[in-house]
Amino acid sequence: MSEILFALLMALVKGVGLVFAIILPMVSYTVYAERRVSAMIQDRVGPNRVGPMGLWQPIADAVKLLLKEDFTPASVNKFYYWLAPACAMAPSLMALAVIPFGSNWFGQPMVVANVDIGVLWVFAVSSLGVYGIVLAGWSSNSKYPFLGGIRSTSQMISYELSLGLSVIPIFLICGTLNLPAIVKYQIENGWLISPIWLKGLSFTGIDFGLLASSIFSVNALFKLLLWVPLFISFVVFVVSMFAETNRLPFDLPESETELVGGYHTEYSSMKFALFFLGEYAAMITGSAVIVTLFFGAWHIPFLPTDPQQLPFLWGALLGFLHIVAFFFKVAILLFFFIWVRWTLPRFRYDQLMRLGWYFFFEIALVNILLVAFILAFAPK
Amino acid sequence: MTYTVARPKLSFSERLYVPAVLAGLKITISHFLKVLTGKTKVTMQYPEERWDTHLPEHYRGAPTLVKDEHGRERCVACQLCEFICPPRAITIKPGEIPEGDRWRKVEKFPQEFEIDMIRCIYCGLCEEVCPEQAIFLRKDYAITGLSRAEMVHKKEQLYELGGVMTGLVFKWNEKK
Repeated sequence: MSEILFALLMALVKGVGLVFAIILPMVSYTVYAERRVSAMIQDRVGPNRVGPMGLWQPIADAVKLLLKEDFTPASVNKFYYWLAPACAMAPSLMALAVIPFGSNWFGQPMVVANVDIGVLWVFAVSSLGVYGIVLAGWSSNSKYPFLGGIRSTSQMISYELSLGLSVIPIFLICGTLNLPAIVKYQIENGWLISPIWLKGLSFTGIDFGLLASSIFSVNALFKLLLWVPLFISFVVFVVSMFAETNRLPFDLPESETELVGGYHTEYSSMKFALFFLGEYAAMITGSAVIVTLFFGAWHIPFLPTDPQQLPFLWGALLGFLHIVAFFFKVAILLFFFIWVRWTLPRFRYDQLMRLGWYFFFEIALVNILLVAFILAFAPK
Repeated sequence: MTYTVARPKLSFSERLYVPAVLAGLKITISHFLKVLTGKTKVTMQYPEERWDTHLPEHYRGAPTLVKDEHGRERCVACQLCEFICPPRAITIKPGEIPEGDRWRKVEKFPQEFEIDMIRCIYCGLCEEVCPEQAIFLRKDYAITGLSRAEMVHKKEQLYELGGVMTGLVFKWNEKK
C-alpha cells in the first residue's frame, strides 16, 4: 500500500515540478523570445526596458494581465464562456505527462506516467485542445470568434490525420508506442532523424570493431534506406504540428487581419491570458513530442546514458544534464517555430485544406507502406 | 472588355514550395543574425542615447526670450508674435514703462509673457516676426510636465531658458 502511495506522491511531485518549475516559466519566456526574435528578424530591438535586456518583461506582462478588468460581455453563454479558457490550457499540459524529459534523477525515472500507450495519449489529449477554441468561438456569440472557431475545428481535424499517420513508421521501426522505449531505441540505434548511428563511439574511447560493423553491413544499408521515409515523416509531422498548434503559416483561427483577434476576440484579462498560455504550452508540448520522437529526447551523444551506474554525485549531475539537454532541444525547436512564423505568410483557407488532404494525408499513407516494405526485407 | 489574366507558368521547384520556404528562412535568419551581432543600425535608445550632441544647426526647439548685453529684456510687447502664432500659444500682457525710467523711450514691456507648450508647434514664426530679436527657438526638446499649468512657460522660465544674447544678434545665423 505504501508503495502505491509513494508512486502517487512521486508522480504528483514530478507533475507539479514539471508544470510549475519548467513549463510555465518556459511558456512566459517563449512569449518573450517570440517578441525579441520577431523584432530582430524585422530589424527592430524588441522589449528591452524591464530589467536587464528586458528579461523581466514576462513578469510585468503577467502582473498586467492579472490586474486587468475581467470583462464578460452580456450576450455570451456564460457557462461555456468560462469553461473555454480552461479547456484550451489543460490539454497541452496534460499531454506532457507521458513525455520522458530526463533519464533518471536520484533513482526516479524522469517521466510522469510511463505508460505503454504514450503516443496515443499525446494525440488523444492534445486533440482535445480544439474544444477550448471551438467553445470560445461559439459561446462568445460574436461573428469573428465564431468564424475562428469553425476554422480551427476543420483545420485541426484535417491535420490530425497526417499527424497521426506520419508517426506510424516510427512505431513500425521501434515496435512500441511507449515513449521511453522509443527513446531507448534511439539511444541504441541513433536518433530517428538520422538513423545511421556510429556505434562504438564514446567519450572514453573508440571501439573500432563496432564502428566498422555499424558502417559496413547490410543492416547499415537498410538503415540508410530507412532514412528517406523517416525524413519524410519528420517533415510531415513538423508541418502538421504547426497546423495543430495554430502557428503561422496555419494561424487561420486567429488571423488578425481577417478576424480581429480570432476565437479569443471577446476575452480579456486572465481568461485571454489562458488562451495565450495554452497556445504556447501547446507549442512546447508539440516540440517536446518532436524531440522525443525524432531527436532522441534527453540523449546526449557520447555521454553515458544511465546515471544510476555512476557514483551518486556524478549520477545526479548527469541526470540533471539530461533534463537540460531535453529542454535545450525543445528550445531550439521553439526558435524554429518562431523563425518560421516570421518568415512565411498565412495560407489561404483552400490552400490549407488542399495541403492537408491532397498532399500530407497521401504522403503519410504512402510513407507507411514504404517503411513496411523496407522492414519486410530488412534482416532481423 | 473582359480579358483573362495570364497566370505565370510555375516550374516544378516553384510548385514544390519548399525551395521558396528555405530561401525565406535564409533571409529572415540573416536579418536576425545581423541585429544580434550589431551590424544593423537600430532605433536610438532614447533615455540612454540622446540626440543632443549632433542636433542640426537649424533645429527648432522650445521658444525662449533673451536679454541684451545690459541685462535688459529685448521684448517691447509689440504682440506681433502673439498675433502670428498659428496655434495661439503665446499670451502677452503689455505694460507701460513709467515716466522717469532710463528706458522710458521704449514705452512698453511685457508684464506677463506666457507660451503654452502644449499648444506650441515649434514653427518658428514668432522668431521670424520679432522686430526686436527678442524671441528665439532654442534646442530644448524634452519639455515635460505633470499638469497643464506646468506646461505653460512663464516669463521667468522663458528668460531662464533663453539667457543673454549680446550685440547685434544676427538672428538668422542659427537657422542658416
